[in-house]
Amino acid sequence: MEGKAGDFKVTLLKKPRYIREDKCTGCTTCVEHCPVKYPDQFNQDISLNKAVHIYFAQAIPLIAYIDESCLYLKEKKCGICTAVCKNDAIDLHQKEEKIEVEVGAVVLSPGFEPFDPKLRDNYGYGKMPNVITSMDFERLLCSTGPYEGEILRASDRKHPHKIAWIQCVGSRRVTPGDNSYCSTVCCTYTQKQVILTKDHDAEAECTIFHNDIRSYGKDFERFYERTENLPGVRFIRSYVTIGREIPESKNVTIRYSTPEEGVKEEEFDMVVLSVGLNPPADFKNLAGKLGIELDSHGFCETNPVNPIETSRPGIFVSGAFKGPIDIPESVFTASGAGSQCGTLLDYRRGKLTEERIYPPERDVSGEEPRIGVFVCHCGANIGRVVDVPAVVEYASTLPNVAHAQEQLFSCATNSAKQITDMIEEKGLNRVVVAACSPLTYEPLFRDTLREAGINQYYYEMANIREHDSWVHSKEKEDATQKAKDLVRMSVARAALLQPLQEIELPVNKAALVVGGGIAGMTCALSIAEQGHEVHLVEKDTDLGGTARRIHYTLEGLDVQAYLRDLVRKVYQHPLIHVYTEATIMESTGYVGNFVTRVKSERGVTEIKHGAAVIAIGAEEYKPTEYLYGKDDNVFTLLELEEQIAKGEERVTGAQSLVMIQCVGCRNEDRNYCSRVCCSNAITNALRLKEINPQMDIYILFRDMRTYGFAEDYYREAANQGIKFIRYEPDDKPQVEAVEEGGQHIIRVTVTDPILGKKLEIDADALALAAAVIPSATSNEVSQLFKVTLNQDGFFQEAHVKLRPVDFGTDGVFLCGIAHYPKLIPEAISQAYGAAGRVLTLLSHDIVIASGSVCEVDENKCIGCGACISACTYSAIEFRETRQGKKAVVNPILCKGDGLCNAKCPTGAIQLKHFTDEEVLSQIDAAVPALVEVH
Amino acid sequence: MCTGRVDMEFVLRAFLNGMDGVFIGGCRLNECNYITHGNYHALNMVHLLRKIMEHIGLNPERLRIEFMSSAEGNLFAEDVNDFVKTVKESGPLGKGEGIDENELKSRLEAVTKLVPYIKLAKKEKLALRLDKVEDYNELYTTDEIARLFDEVISYYIDPDKCQACGICLRKCPVEAIVGDKNQIHVIDQEKCIKCGTCFEACPPRFGAVKKIVAEPVPPPIPEEARIIARKGA
Repeated sequence: MEGKAGDFKVTLLKKPRYIREDKCTGCTTCVEHCPVKYPDQFNQDISLNKAVHIYFAQAIPLIAYIDESCLYLKEKKCGICTAVCKNDAIDLHQKEEKIEVEVGAVVLSPGFEPFDPKLRDNYGYGKMPNVITSMDFERLLCSTGPYEGEILRASDRKHPHKIAWIQCVGSRRVTPGDNSYCSTVCCTYTQKQVILTKDHDAEAECTIFHNDIRSYGKDFERFYERTENLPGVRFIRSYVTIGREIPESKNVTIRYSTPEEGVKEEEFDMVVLSVGLNPPADFKNLAGKLGIELDSHGFCETNPVNPIETSRPGIFVSGAFKGPIDIPESVFTASGAGSQCGTLLDYRRGKLTEERIYPPERDVSGEEPRIGVFVCHCGANIGRVVDVPAVVEYASTLPNVAHAQEQLFSCATNSAKQITDMIEEKGLNRVVVAACSPLTYEPLFRDTLREAGINQYYYEMANIREHDSWVHSKEKEDATQKAKDLVRMSVARAALLQPLQEIELPVNKAALVVGGGIAGMTCALSIAEQGHEVHLVEKDTDLGGTARRIHYTLEGLDVQAYLRDLVRKVYQHPLIHVYTEATIMESTGYVGNFVTRVKSERGVTEIKHGAAVIAIGAEEYKPTEYLYGKDDNVFTLLELEEQIAKGEERVTGAQSLVMIQCVGCRNEDRNYCSRVCCSNAITNALRLKEINPQMDIYILFRDMRTYGFAEDYYREAANQGIKFIRYEPDDKPQVEAVEEGGQHIIRVTVTDPILGKKLEIDADALALAAAVIPSATSNEVSQLFKVTLNQDGFFQEAHVKLRPVDFGTDGVFLCGIAHYPKLIPEAISQAYGAAGRVLTLLSHDIVIASGSVCEVDENKCIGCGACISACTYSAIEFRETRQGKKAVVNPILCKGDGLCNAKCPTGAIQLKHFTDEEVLSQIDAAVPALVEVH
Repeated sequence: MCTGRVDMEFVLRAFLNGMDGVFIGGCRLNECNYITHGNYHALNMVHLLRKIMEHIGLNPERLRIEFMSSAEGNLFAEDVNDFVKTVKESGPLGKGEGIDENELKSRLEAVTKLVPYIKLAKKEKLALRLDKVEDYNELYTTDEIARLFDEVISYYIDPDKCQACGICLRKCPVEAIVGDKNQIHVIDQEKCIKCGTCFEACPPRFGAVKKIVAEPVPPPIPEEARIIARKGA
């Protein structure tokens, strides 16, 4: 890689796929005929695949490749695939290709490599067939896995009944070959696997051996509870060793110990190793070529205040290459990396785009339906099972069909031309293509109609491949009959289709960011740096939010200095308008066109904006327990940190200090983990030890959740003599204030699980890890912007994994601890992520809403409101008319799911493109006798 | 379009057309890529309809809903094969239940005609989303469905009270009310969907629209008797 940010020249070496990507249609005829069976890498080598195959069912692009087991590649034999491919897509002479690309920015997302337990032979992996990794197990669970979703043992292909999971395999250990950090995702993926195992076999006995259960993510605590409460599931806190394999049964024994029963050895049918996350294999080499730094673990080194930025300007990182992270965080960084590329390259945004011009649409509303039916052979895929000419002949007898023909590949460019030509020649006004799943090519065919000047909603697809030839390959006659049935149904619907217009809405280019903490400010800056005006609204007199009370992070960042710098940048940016002491009075409108009235020290302002970001932060729980508020020497962790920062003698000079974790959460009232407190406790404990090495510090915890690299600091704290004592929720520490020898003492009594007896600790100070709780204003804000809160009161994203910064309401986005407690670097990532999502909206001049939305016939509406309660998007409202209240749909908010349609008693509300009439016509046409043929 | 779009009427139409079974395939529960979760709505509808099928003497096993992801083709095949087996064991629709063709048709038509009424009567319940799939089994009881059909509501315009004001006529969503100026209004029971709009709309001072529960509706008054003679007119 040469050049610099904004102007890189990258040379890529593209390995041969031996398939012409532009020719392969993913039909898999070659796979069927390939004689070579080879271990299937996607299925962890458990089952076999062919030398030519598609990597997995959802691969993109969905086309084949040929691997090194190919007979032709090895010995110049075979070549059957070349003979059977009807589209000339096989090229066994393809060579490695050197490609040079010129780019302005680079995003690295090479992911991670699962830890290989073969490297440590004490697990027996690779030797005992019934010891497998969690990756292997994941494939066993999957219906496209090696045994089609059946969980079977490799030794005897029988269902294991008693399964053990061993946590932290390769993680949280300083022994050579292991990783010192916590891999962050294994606790929860194991729980998922346990739940799915119980779904497969309700009687299965599942045992999880662990050291701490780290369910620190959003909704993870409930998930943990759900797993724990399943019958036959045991969570056992113990280090384990693999014992031996029983020769007859090939069962495996595990040795572990519990405080109650001492050391035990137990037999299991199968043992799953919950392997951790390693840096991507061989990335050291690539890091050298790219000129980026790696951290001591071999992951990508990033800027402490910008976890998406690598050490080389213009190169960004997303996903687990920056360290083990879960899916939502991975998605934040992906979107955030996009935003940062946008900032870097904003000056040439849109310079390479070209606008498509379509011919004007022909008005065919006055014409009788004239349907063209195009039946695809898909090479041999459909054609060798379904009698395509017979289907064509049948189609031409159907009502309203003006033309029917066959095509070798309907998706090929020349076929599209044929369709547009036929539309003109035969005066067609509707088109049915009988081919594959609409998922793949519907957009392409709709485009073909537009090219021919026909409304794209006059298109209908009959799936005679996935739904027919692929599943009925041995019943050719029946398959042909089914193809006729499907075509007949599609033709019936096509005749009733209506031309629909997509709605184009202008987009106001400004953004509103609610909340001026680190997340809100970072997001505002990132948007403004890409040329958009930002209105930043803060309820306090100053910007900064919760971070004003945080002085340092675990990694040693000076938070106050960083914050000062951030606030300065925000105030200095000409496109950011800051409103302090602000309250939002009203917000109306929808995606691209919101109007929000804000009352602030500037007076009342009406702000027009295209997007909104909710970053209102969270609050600290005020404990009612452990003498908080009653004894001056009891405070929260945040208060402790403030006192340490001020150098207050009563904390820095304390001889003994106790911290109690999980105060106010992981309980019935707040059934979630506050995620940040374990790291915060260790940060402060280490800071105190630095100031006063003589201090005795005790951390009373339930599970230490120092996920990721924070684990190293946990170890460091233990090494420094900080004492960690675990307590059970039903045996919480007891705290009392005692005067002894003229001294004020806080006496903490806790059961030590290792010693099995009560310990009394006399402390000078007590710090409580108080829960992070939702902001008091979250209810109000959620109503103002019509977005939802989860059951804990945090804002509810559109999808926990896939859309973690979006709301179900379009145009409104989310970041920071309003979403869920998180550490500063995580909040910064999410803020960039939200900015990225905002830019995907604001960088366009218009937003396009689908034509397939719901519409109300007011004459039929009885105002019962069934549609309104069915709509999750608040897209339907009542409107007062002279005939009483009537439902009215806002087509911009409607997502076209049609739930309302199914609830409406009178059929007043109809989902366009899927109206009652259209769907019923298909149901009727399923019966041949109900259709007249000519 | 989402599974939640599947209308009760679609299923009934398929049975009316002679289909022996109806299978609805939806996305996996709790895995909606949006916030819609319409598969729960479909599940809810299926439970209601199965109870109704039972009520009219049809084997409810002929209607099934299953949830799967697009990556689970083999699961789909498994479910469909199993369903086809069940349907084959049940025999042809009607015959398998010992109901003759005409009777079957008339029962299904009667239920189809009541779909608007059922949707209204069960509006709140149909909108419920329960936490557990098993909970749906108890959502609708056999008694409840029996009551729903035994106590069907009808609306009738009392010819002695109707003032031919035209309000109900204008508001009827399905144009089931016939009448004119100075002509007593009559509800065409064939067209009426029992939504009660006329009942709500009739001015209280007239109180002409009557709600009739579980009883036959009096015959409409003969056309020639519908003219209202007003004083001074």
